[in-house]
Amino acid sequence: MTDGSPAPRALPLPARWIGALGYLTLYVVESLGRFGRFLGEGIGIVFVPPLKLGRLAGRIYFIGFKSLSIVILTGAFTGMALGLQVFLVLQRVGSEGFVGPAVGIALVRELGPVLTAVFVTGLAGSALTAELGIMRISEQIDALMVMALNPVRYLVVPALLAGLITFPMLTAIFDVAGIYGGYLVAVVLLGMSPGTYFGQMQTFADMADVMVGFWKSLAFGVLVPWVCTYKAFHCGHGAEGVSRATTEAVVLCCVLILIFNYFLGSVLP
Amino acid sequence: MIRIQGLRKSFDGQPVLRGVDLDVATGEIMVIIGRSGGGKSVLLKHLLGLLRPDAGAVIVDGTDITRLRGAALEAVRRRYGVVFQGGALFDSMSVFDNVAFPLREKTKMNTAEITRRVEEKLLQVGLVDMGHKNPAEISGGMRKRVAIARALVTEPEIVFFDEPTTGLDPILVNTIHRLIQELHGKFRFTAVMVSHEIPEIFEIADRVAMLHEGVIVETGEARVIQSSTNPVVQRFIRGEAESDHHAA
Repeated sequence: MTDGSPAPRALPLPARWIGALGYLTLYVVESLGRFGRFLGEGIGIVFVPPLKLGRLAGRIYFIGFKSLSIVILTGAFTGMALGLQVFLVLQRVGSEGFVGPAVGIALVRELGPVLTAVFVTGLAGSALTAELGIMRISEQIDALMVMALNPVRYLVVPALLAGLITFPMLTAIFDVAGIYGGYLVAVVLLGMSPGTYFGQMQTFADMADVMVGFWKSLAFGVLVPWVCTYKAFHCGHGAEGVSRATTEAVVLCCVLILIFNYFLGSVLP
Repeated sequence: MIRIQGLRKSFDGQPVLRGVDLDVATGEIMVIIGRSGGGKSVLLKHLLGLLRPDAGAVIVDGTDITRLRGAALEAVRRRYGVVFQGGALFDSMSVFDNVAFPLREKTKMNTAEITRRVEEKLLQVGLVDMGHKNPAEISGGMRKRVAIARALVTEPEIVFFDEPTTGLDPILVNTIHRLIQELHGKFRFTAVMVSHEIPEIFEIADRVAMLHEGVIVETGEARVIQSSTNPVVQRFIRGEAESDHHAA
């Protein structure tokens, strides 16, 4: 030290570890708090008019309609793969008649909501993060604020509502495409009776299975726009900031979808 | 009147504003000059209520806006017009819709009134017949003029300009400055402009404040600043780096 004052004494290693753990804990708690507050603000504004119907329609088109073809395509092939594998396994024990309910229940309860949410995250969620992230770095969100307009009302609420409306619909479409994909393989290609495929499905799958998928899709419909808009609003500087925010949004959505899927599947009947 | 008192702000422990004091009189054009990265835009963001200071106050007509939130802050911002550095035009909208946006969202004007007002503003900034174009289809200078039209369309009392001529050629710089001067003469708004266009800025500024290392080192009329004996101000005006000065 040039001023002659004593150098600060270095903390012992265990104390530094405890300090680092404290900083990490504070960071995680603060981030979760910001994350939750962001959703709370969005939900709060949903119930305060005016609702931006034009922007909502735009988001429904953006999330729902633009994802339709890929949802149908992936749904059909998921059902086909599932139908084939389930048929081959059940054939070994002479129970291939249960292909219909196995495909139907697996799609409606698990694969439909999860895969739809994952594909929509890749398609619309990433685009949403990139779009709003660019608005953030080019000061368009600041411009809204200084015009005395709430950017959450303009950008987040329409995305949340569009997610709530489109995710269950897209999931239902995925399920139907998957069930007919399974039908194509099991009945048309492998020679199973169509009556058995659908009849057994009606016997073993009930409304409770459909409702599990419905509640999951609703949860993912909030989760995906929430994560994507949050990451965009808090993205770093420049193109790199937007690119990182987009990657983080997609990864976080996929991880949270799988985690929530497990817990919802455990809680729902 | 805008009064900035002892404004301090640090980012990650790095002080950017170290106690800024500045008064902006109603109806004047106040230009804040200073080196790039010197905290001018950070200061402007405090005036807009986009950043909260670590200490100090921004008093707009008797109200400290650093303490306001929600509807109270929005009420102050309704009196503002802002021209951002990059224009901040909504790229999903046409030029016309960009300018009309604040009127559609914040006023009860009908479509005919909005159309008339927008066309009037586009005429004032010299962009007649450009309304249908998208911001991506027009030049940088045109985008700045659209941003000025959008900032002025609500006829605000206070207009903030964040480096409105950055990246433009000298002819466009003068065109934009003349436009601001002309519009100020017509509407008499209070203008706070951040710029480092030296010496062009002295022609339109009523007063100039020099921000250096987080504090205002000199304030005064343009001619006073130009003849300042403060070495920091003189070096900046002459475009000399500190190392040049030490070498001399």
